[in-house]
Amino acid sequence: MISPHGGRLVKRVDFSEKRIEEAKDLKKKEINLDKYRDLANIAHGLFSPLEGYMDNNNFEAVLKDGRLDNDIPWTVPIVMDAVEEEVSELREGDDIALSYNGEPVGILEISDIYRYDKGKYVRSVFGTDSMEHPGVQRVFSMGDYLLGGKITLLKDPPTQFPRYRLWPEDTRVLFREKGWKKVVGFQTRNTPHIGHEYVQKAALTLVDGLLINPLIGKKKKGDFRDEVIIKAYEALFENYYPKNTATMSIIETEMRYAGPKEAIFHAIMRKNLGCTHFIVGRDHAGVGNFYGPFDAHKIFSDYPDLGIEPIFFRSFYYCKKCRAVVNDKICPHQDSEYQINFSGTKIRQLLMEGKRPPEDMMRPEVADAILSFENPLVD
Amino acid sequence: MPEERDISIPQSLYKRIQERIKGTGFSSVDEYVTYVLREVLSEDEAGEFTEEDEEKVRERLRSLGYLE
Repeated sequence: MISPHGGRLVKRVDFSEKRIEEAKDLKKKEINLDKYRDLANIAHGLFSPLEGYMDNNNFEAVLKDGRLDNDIPWTVPIVMDAVEEEVSELREGDDIALSYNGEPVGILEISDIYRYDKGKYVRSVFGTDSMEHPGVQRVFSMGDYLLGGKITLLKDPPTQFPRYRLWPEDTRVLFREKGWKKVVGFQTRNTPHIGHEYVQKAALTLVDGLLINPLIGKKKKGDFRDEVIIKAYEALFENYYPKNTATMSIIETEMRYAGPKEAIFHAIMRKNLGCTHFIVGRDHAGVGNFYGPFDAHKIFSDYPDLGIEPIFFRSFYYCKKCRAVVNDKICPHQDSEYQINFSGTKIRQLLMEGKRPPEDMMRPEVADAILSFENPLVD
Repeated sequence: MPEERDISIPQSLYKRIQERIKGTGFSSVDEYVTYVLREVLSEDEAGEFTEEDEEKVRERLRSLGYLE
């Protein structure tokens, strides 16, 4: 089994009544559901080797080098922000309760309180400081201070999809039980069309198992809603995927839209889940025109020590001459009348008009699952 | 960068590593050796579950329908 990132699967969970009672006596900091989900992701080892929120040394190292202070690859800051009024009542060395809807759900042992440069943050992580970028907007809406320190999770966050929530310790046992030595992870925030299926199955032919991970969490307007993505994939699995080689679980964290840097972050999470390979497609985790279509491929050459093997896919399309879904590496009929591209925009447009896309673009069962929702997109 | 220490290795081994990293993303022997040692140590530190922990996870996976 592949080693977790940094060598050890982090587990910082204490659901005991005693600990919860102790937390009730601490100063409280209210967090939203996205922060709560990431608290759980740290505690259950999905973000191993992180044991909490980044201190200033790690934060600066991630911005400067795309690595933690100890040189282990890490590209996206995992931080807890705070406003001045909160910080004025806190000291390094304090334990505080992180609460959700007023109830303590975690403890943060504050080891560092620091100011940070938001411009430097966004230019490093997103490669831009344009307020058109949703990640930049999010960072500029954060408090001016960051709290670093180890955490303890007291209670798992609520989930809409308990059936699909697997933590790294679960997936690692699952892969072992299924006898999968090589497992490829696929990240998605979309409903699947035939092109996605082709990529997943092409990768699966090289390994023992496929883990599809829809990303559940805050997304931008116009993205498919979480429940729609899950239902669409359920339809695909039921009709087109072998049970002994493919499975699905969710990852509950928000999209950062950090393109190449987020591709590395996504790969690290899959490594912690026990995947040996990770599919990186065109414009992975991109938004608008902020990144080149293959920037997320190029960045992997800076991380030969990442410890998970990327599988790169370029463009893929249906070729009427080949009569198959192909990519530009295996089909000689590019830029010709034979080529039908999987246009997400076109598929979305047809679905919004209540129409099934053609069967060579999307499986009818998948289309029907999407069409069963009155409004499948995020408002 | 973290604080570093020097370690000596045989010259023949150094040369073999130099050959091996040609055309890879590793830009120096130091980088490669650090990576390999980290991986080796990781295997020892991984901290496998106890059989009891694993059985709990297997039970959960069965209840969710992942295992039969």
